[in-house]
Amino acid sequence: MPNISLAVAVEGLIKQFGHFAALRGVSAQFAPGRLYVIVGDNGAGKTTLLRTIAGLSQPTRGDVSVLGAANVKATRAQIGYMAHPSLLYDEMSAMENLQYFVRLYQVPNDRCREVIKAVKLDPDLERPVGQYSQGMRQRLSLARALLNDPKLLLLDEPFSNVDAHSAQQMATLLGATRDGGKTILVVTHQPGLLESITDEFICMDAGKIIARTSKLQAAQQ
Amino acid sequence: MTFVSITAATLAKDIRLEWRSKDAINAMLFFSLLVVVIFSFAFDPTAEESRRIAGGLVWVAFLFAAIVALNQTWARELRNQVLDAYRVSPAPTNPLFLAKAFGNFIFVSILEALMIPLFIAFYKLRALGPAWELAPIALLGTWALVVNGTFFAAISLRTRSREIMLPLLLFPISIPALLGMVNATTAVLTGEASARFWIALLLAYDVVFTIACLLLFETVLEAE
Repeated sequence: MPNISLAVAVEGLIKQFGHFAALRGVSAQFAPGRLYVIVGDNGAGKTTLLRTIAGLSQPTRGDVSVLGAANVKATRAQIGYMAHPSLLYDEMSAMENLQYFVRLYQVPNDRCREVIKAVKLDPDLERPVGQYSQGMRQRLSLARALLNDPKLLLLDEPFSNVDAHSAQQMATLLGATRDGGKTILVVTHQPGLLESITDEFICMDAGKIIARTSKLQAAQQ
Repeated sequence: MTFVSITAATLAKDIRLEWRSKDAINAMLFFSLLVVVIFSFAFDPTAEESRRIAGGLVWVAFLFAAIVALNQTWARELRNQVLDAYRVSPAPTNPLFLAKAFGNFIFVSILEALMIPLFIAFYKLRALGPAWELAPIALLGTWALVVNGTFFAAISLRTRSREIMLPLLLFPISIPALLGMVNATTAVLTGEASARFWIALLLAYDVVFTIACLLLFETVLEAE
């Protein structure tokens, strides 16, 4: 029976790629309106967990429930996903990219300008995304994830190759988004950037969650 | 409405990307030009022989050239993993397939429009049968190539040697369509037989495979 008071619930999640188990029985619950930071070494299973929650990867075993629905497909309109690659067309401008994606989500065109401004980019910049710096691309990628005003935001390495100032701006935006009642799961190797706004840290290793530390516990430690 | 709007948006996006990169069109044009020139050097047919072999030459050239466009279709969705952005959206999967198939249909049709006058010039072709029948043959034949090609290009998307995999999957299943295209074209050019049966075969092939591709595409897209 799905629990609608939870943003995400995973139970006994196992994901095998051939003989390699990327997730080994992950069980976790994520409350709505909170920001979770998932940390761990490379190969710990962080990205696989995020992709499974997003419905991009099917679990070998176990259950995933997103926003109270066991069928992740039914909740796709409520999910924002930012991956390690940009998920953008290099040959098109920022506006052209987002204008395409608003059609997929059936949201008003005005939303493009709003989210581009929110990530501190220029909506009138006609340069193709392929000519953007990595930091600009990451910010635009975040804008794309925010396009549908999602209830659940899944971010994989949003700060990689982003300069300190831009990273801080992105962190502030994520804080404001969380304060607006959204649930945010961030996979990152730079948890320090989100320290002030994180509600809970989740540490993964070898396909398992090995520790969960609330903000209070982290402060006490 | 959503279905049509997403199909139109995806098609417009693909045409825009192709217009800017010209990856598929340029490669197809050069390949077809080479085929026309090489064949014209290899054979020196009389007008009568030309009419008999032109159907085969034309369609085989277009089939090989179309492979280039078909591979490009999905390759641009793999760069930066943009396909995941579509998969994670609430958009249904079939508009993506239809937009890709329509896009390929447009690109291959442009190629045909440019290359057919060259074929006519190089092989001194003149139809002895009803020339208007070449229009439905071209439309149905091109759709037969691109609808299966788009589908099998999506299947071979995640394989290591997808450039090789696509022809291996596509050519055997295209044999009935290719037979229809070649025989119908030859029938019109020589005027010796009616092309009606082959046109009907092409129509049936298109209907069956379009429906099959639409039914199976979601499974292909969601496969890991």
